[in-house]
Amino acid sequence: MLNRDEDILKAAEDWQKAGHGVALATVVETWGSAPRPAGSSLVINDEGTFLGSVSGGCVEGAVVTEALDVISSGQPRMLEFGVADETAWNVGLSCGGTIRVFVEKVG
Amino acid sequence: MKLETLKELNAERAARRPVIVVTDTANGEQRLVKAKDFAADPLNAELSKALRMGKSTNVEVGGKKLFLNVYAPTAKLVIIGAVHISQALAPLARSLDYEVTVVDPRTAFASPERFPDVPLVAEWPDVALPPLNVDHYTAFVAVTHDPKIDDPALLHAFERECFYIGALGSRKTHAKRGERLRAQGAKESDIARIHAPIGLDIGAVSPSEIAVAIMAEITATLRLPPKEKEVAA
Repeated sequence: MLNRDEDILKAAEDWQKAGHGVALATVVETWGSAPRPAGSSLVINDEGTFLGSVSGGCVEGAVVTEALDVISSGQPRMLEFGVADETAWNVGLSCGGTIRVFVEKVG
Repeated sequence: MKLETLKELNAERAARRPVIVVTDTANGEQRLVKAKDFAADPLNAELSKALRMGKSTNVEVGGKKLFLNVYAPTAKLVIIGAVHISQALAPLARSLDYEVTVVDPRTAFASPERFPDVPLVAEWPDVALPPLNVDHYTAFVAVTHDPKIDDPALLHAFERECFYIGALGSRKTHAKRGERLRAQGAKESDIARIHAPIGLDIGAVSPSEIAVAIMAEITATLRLPPKEKEVAA
């Protein structure tokens, strides 16, 4: 199904209320055959638990690592993953697309 | 995202009201715009288009790069009549991401064997419909051919302002339906909203083809701007 799993936003709110540091990562732009459309999101808490998906599994690990930094710094950042990018290739967006992911702290 | 923004976003989503979150991706500045406030917003044209397409997008305004994240409620499809066409329509609509419910008080029709995996309500419309929370993000299709079932259901669809209302039947059948609905207090503008004969005219013959014609018409109503919609209809 192509539906967006938006109930993860409720989870983000609940984590926040429970005292967790929380970050929200959202696909803001895609080129080529990106696996998830713009607007897809991933929520991450300070224990490294995450829900949702920005790439169907290819780059989530890297996004979670960056998100933990964003939770401690409070500064949003833009990540880009694509085949043209050596690092991104390493973390494996092997489907051939390029995506930009905006990571921001909640709260 | 501020916690207040997230709370408001979740509350609007729970109430099935569309919103767009506008983010300046350079600095993280953010605001939430409710659909009812689009008209007064400087980004009205961009917001309206993004919502109609149900697609999150980037726009550049005054040198700022803004990301518009669209949160539109999942569209629902309510099918009145567990008939042959509905057996083709329900799975097709689900593949297009509609939340589908089939209503038919006739238990011989509304059986799980005929509709595996589809929520079925074997009740008359007056009992079945109120709990379904039919709303503006609902497409409503009446295909029983039985006025005792279709008519009260259509009156409910008018009241809830469904974005699409369709009813099976020839022009002649539909003219009679109009008379009956008028007699039951329906407004002329409501009756005019019914798509009948139902579905885009693609020469559909089989139940599956009729289902395609219906979903094509629903898609056109959902996605096309008002002017092109008239041409398609």
